[in-house]
Amino acid sequence: MSNKAIETAGSQQAVITNNEDIVLEVQDLVVHYVLKKSVVEAVNGVSFKLKKKRAIGLVGETGAGKTTTALAIMNLVPNPPGVIKNGKITVCGKDILSMKPHQLEKIRGKDISMIFQDPMTSLNPVMTVGDQIAESVRLHEHVGRKEAMDRAIEMLELVGIPGERAYDYPHQFSGGMKQRVVIAIALACNPSVLIADEPTTALDVTIQAQVLSMMNDLKEKCNTALVMITHDLGVVAKMCDEVAVLYAGSIVEYGTLEDVFNRTMHPYTEGLFNSLPKINNRHVPLKPIPGLMPDPTRLPPGCAFAERCRYATDACRAKKPELRRVSDTHTVACSRYDEPGFSIEGWRHG
Amino acid sequence: MSSNVKAQVAVSRQYEKENRTLAVWRRLRSNPGAVVGLIILAAMVLMMIYSFLFISYQDIYTINSKNRFAPPSSQHLFGTDESGRDLAKRIAYGSRYSLAVAFGAVAIGVIVGTFFGAIAGYFGGWVDNLIMRISDIMSSIPSTLLGMVIVTILGPNLLNLLIAVGVTNIAGFIRMARASVLTTKNNEYVEAARAIGMSEFRIIFTQVLPNSLSPLIVTATARMATSILAAAGLSFLGFGIAAPRPEWGALISGSRNFITYAPHLCTFPGLFIMLLAFACALLGDGLRDALDPKLKK
Repeated sequence: MSNKAIETAGSQQAVITNNEDIVLEVQDLVVHYVLKKSVVEAVNGVSFKLKKKRAIGLVGETGAGKTTTALAIMNLVPNPPGVIKNGKITVCGKDILSMKPHQLEKIRGKDISMIFQDPMTSLNPVMTVGDQIAESVRLHEHVGRKEAMDRAIEMLELVGIPGERAYDYPHQFSGGMKQRVVIAIALACNPSVLIADEPTTALDVTIQAQVLSMMNDLKEKCNTALVMITHDLGVVAKMCDEVAVLYAGSIVEYGTLEDVFNRTMHPYTEGLFNSLPKINNRHVPLKPIPGLMPDPTRLPPGCAFAERCRYATDACRAKKPELRRVSDTHTVACSRYDEPGFSIEGWRHG
Repeated sequence: MSSNVKAQVAVSRQYEKENRTLAVWRRLRSNPGAVVGLIILAAMVLMMIYSFLFISYQDIYTINSKNRFAPPSSQHLFGTDESGRDLAKRIAYGSRYSLAVAFGAVAIGVIVGTFFGAIAGYFGGWVDNLIMRISDIMSSIPSTLLGMVIVTILGPNLLNLLIAVGVTNIAGFIRMARASVLTTKNNEYVEAARAIGMSEFRIIFTQVLPNSLSPLIVTATARMATSILAAAGLSFLGFGIAAPRPEWGALISGSRNFITYAPHLCTFPGLFIMLLAFACALLGDGLRDALDPKLKK
């Protein structure tokens, strides 16, 4: 259903763009967590492409399947209970999901790397940070201990930490500096794709801004494509060229930053924007999206968002919406657009 | 840029030497308990070296029936035993056996037990089941019996005694390491290590185990005393170091008949076993703290 639409979309896009530029391609990814009594349908048919040096934002609420998508790209979905039911993931022309463990070990960290959410827990407390960066270098390049350490020190300086701190332990760093170290580890081998799973959620706003602008610089310097997973639309606006909005494991709207932010099509995206507090007009009451995301073990037969959607009709509840192309770059999954002349209210700029 | 980095690297190397190779030692030294433990252990090692150099076979084995059961005196520091042999010399001579058993048997237990325990805890599933069931079987056989069987198969000598006691230690360490690894392996840094392409075995030995050491160190030091006693038990039954050799445990069991008549014969070897265990426990505690970078002052 929805994958058919995206496939045609993909083949048309391939004509326009140079295929060699594409470093990451996810096709119709389906990931379920099979538990004893139920099956959690975490990701249901996610497809997107990412070109060299571009950044895509995966946006959605907690439980929308963002992190599972990221783990699937690394082929790190915990199994059991996670099962990748369907899909194809290509990183730099290599099919990730059919690889053997030892092949994956060569890809991870070298072609594709990941930054985890919480810098407090993603560093090994008993190893110096320099050793941890050097470890990443030594795993992928045949260099001696000393050279690896020199590289680690260079990486630290690149992320704005004095080199001599390489011999300190993680607990001697602040949260923002730890996240810089984590980024240094991820970028140590110049990966083509960097996945950042809510890299700034655990940091306070001033540090967030520093880390984000540093990531932007490094993305340019290292020629890295970025998959930014976040629920913060401000972060997306600053970092990303493309946006995919996820809801209940499916992409509901996908397009360039312009498309999704200024020509919002999907009611859910509209709801996300309306939930943001407006800093210039404090008297406007917040308009949160009513209700909760459906239980991923019992997704409704129709549109997963229908229960919370103010535009929903009976037709929405009966049939899953297909991804439809609005423009060359913009796709949206909403059945109401079958009706000629339908449009959402749009969100008010703050 | 690169020369700048190189200069920095040179500076950092100095810093590193001071910081890393000495840091553990510095922290150990600042812990009074660990220092006491170290001094006691050093004294025992010196005693062992002294016995190698200055105490001959004759001193230990020559019977002097005129001077049996002499109480401690200036001539015989710890008195003499039922055959008139100087107890102080015998204890000094026996330190080679006891230290070997204490450290060797525990080392076997720690190395083998931690290896299999870590694998069981980390991988889970059938690997875990297999290793844990074997460990269950091992711990369901009384340790003395297991030791006797091993010595019978291998033959009675110091090395085999050490292996026998070591093997009886393994099951406990498997359990301990597994439990510890189970709590460590779900940390995010383990996932992060996987994400930079580290192999599973490397993750176990560089990420998981170093973070699971504390309970293992404490258990290891506690097992030293019990290992000496277990070895003494085996020696007493004739499965170990043959009777005239003054292993400390053997000294105690050999003189148990005279405990009311000449209590010093049991007291002094017992005191030395206790001192060794005490020193190991103190050192182990200090070592655990010194190895944890977070406790750096």
